[in-house]
Amino acid sequence: MTGTANHISVQGVHKIFQSGDQDIHALRAIDLEITHGEFVCLLGPSGCGKSTLLNAVAGFSLPSSGTITVDGAAITEPGPDRGMVFQEYALFPWMTVEQNIAFGLQIKGAAKGTILAKVDELLALLNLREFRRRYPKDLSGGMRQRVAIARVLAIDSPIMLMDEPFGALDALTRRNLQDELLRLWTELGKTILFVTHSIEEALYLADRTVVMTYRPGTIKRELTIDLPRPRDVASPPFNLLKKELSELLMEEQDRHVQDEFRGVAVN
Amino acid sequence: MKRVRHTASGILVPLAAIAFWQLLSSMGWVNATILPSPMRVLIKWWAYLRPLEVFDPAQGSYLKWCLSGELPQDAMGSLYRVLVGFFIGGGLALPLGLAMGYSRLVYGLFNPLIQVLRPIPPIAYIPLSILWFGLGNPPAVFLISIGAFFPVLMNTVAGVQNVDSIYLRVGRNLGASRFTQFTRIILPAATPYIFTGARIGMGTAFIVVIVSEMIAVNNGLGYRILEAREYLWSDKIIAGMFTIGLLGLGIDTVMSRLSSYLLKWHRGLEQG
Ligand SMILES: Nc1ncnc2c1ncn2[C@@H]1O[C@H](COP(=O)(O)OP(=O)(O)O)[C@@H](O)[C@H]1O
Ligand SMILES: [Mg+2]
Repeated sequence: MTGTANHISVQGVHKIFQSGDQDIHALRAIDLEITHGEFVCLLGPSGCGKSTLLNAVAGFSLPSSGTITVDGAAITEPGPDRGMVFQEYALFPWMTVEQNIAFGLQIKGAAKGTILAKVDELLALLNLREFRRRYPKDLSGGMRQRVAIARVLAIDSPIMLMDEPFGALDALTRRNLQDELLRLWTELGKTILFVTHSIEEALYLADRTVVMTYRPGTIKRELTIDLPRPRDVASPPFNLLKKELSELLMEEQDRHVQDEFRGVAVN
Repeated sequence: MKRVRHTASGILVPLAAIAFWQLLSSMGWVNATILPSPMRVLIKWWAYLRPLEVFDPAQGSYLKWCLSGELPQDAMGSLYRVLVGFFIGGGLALPLGLAMGYSRLVYGLFNPLIQVLRPIPPIAYIPLSILWFGLGNPPAVFLISIGAFFPVLMNTVAGVQNVDSIYLRVGRNLGASRFTQFTRIILPAATPYIFTGARIGMGTAFIVVIVSEMIAVNNGLGYRILEAREYLWSDKIIAGMFTIGLLGLGIDTVMSRLSSYLLKWHRGLEQG
């Protein structure tokens, strides 16, 4: 956690999808610098390219042009240094909770004893002890997302990429997991790139929020959030920022809606 | 209580059917050679089932004696052919199906041939099977293998092709090699389909065994009911048919129990 050198560096990234005979300019000229241990939220209406940018950093779908580097090395493929948490949890349903968590370590070829110790530690850290032998189908959404987070923590990636991880959860579970995530982030010092379309979630979590525009996806505004944690969602400064972000976002949302009315294919 | 009521209502219709059948015979409405009474079928069934000799410890174990009757011998003969044919047909279909599902190249190479062969019913292979293998178990097993092959193949291909890509993305993200992707993600993700294929394949194998015994083999349940027809033993025909039905039900029950045990993580269409 030096905080000096840029950790993740996105420079001049474009992403163009061919959809039928029409080109979709999903990302245009994205520049983004993220330092070690920073918590950054990507915020924007649906369809503005948040997942596309995250997938490019993850290495699932490389940019059409521009470069993305992590600690100076260009990204060419997915890797365990950039653990990803999906909105759909994506737990392996044929593995129990502990098998899911152990999987990444088995791939690394870690020793049995090491794996066991690490799994125990993570089960404790995420309050999953009683559920270790359950299959995902027997867990609630919140529990599943805890397991998915534990699975990424197991491989000790310095970077965590999270694509609307709490989007499918009810409000209370969501707040609960947000608090857990902040606790883990403070304890473990990860760099987190977190996608959301919720203004409040971005303000509650992030050091810095990056607001994106809709079609083409560009960076509209970067906003550093200096409020001390834990943040009070009812406090006046919080609400002031919320109002500011709402206005920025509404403009993009309007364009999204107009697009839909014009019958442009969306998502 | 609910369970008891369920079972009770479940035997209502069969009981009524048997009563009606008994009535037909008792009133003399149908010729006994054409439709014997349920009682006569039951008696014949027992005669078909029970050992022919008295028990003699010198000849072997009690269990062996119990199974020395004609029906147990026939049933074991049929079951043996079903299992051998199923394992040969399924055993060839599984690796081919995995390869076809995984590799576009392999799929492109094999699919045209498969599509041409698949609609040919196994029964249409009878003349060729006799020409190639003569009589006895070999042609029967050949036909059964063909019957089991295609359901296992088609379902395995579909299972591998339908693996949700998000699991593969997680695998790549965690750094899994292609081999690990295949063995720890694609294979388990495809098992629900593969088991469905195995169950259908087993059902087909069971149909084909009866047909093949009517043509190429001189024992087994299929042979026995055809033989009984030559003597106009309709009671034995019916007893044999019920045996076939019960054995088929037994096999299917075992298959479905086995698959729900092995797939206890699975919950149909939703995903974890
Ligand atoms: N594989 C693809 N092919 C074609 N268009 C795509 C593809 N993936 C995303 N898009 C388009 O790119 C835009 C951005 O998508 P996405 O990054 O998923 O948005 P977000 O995550 O912000 O909701 C959308 O308009 C979407 O329709
Ligand atoms: Mg998205």
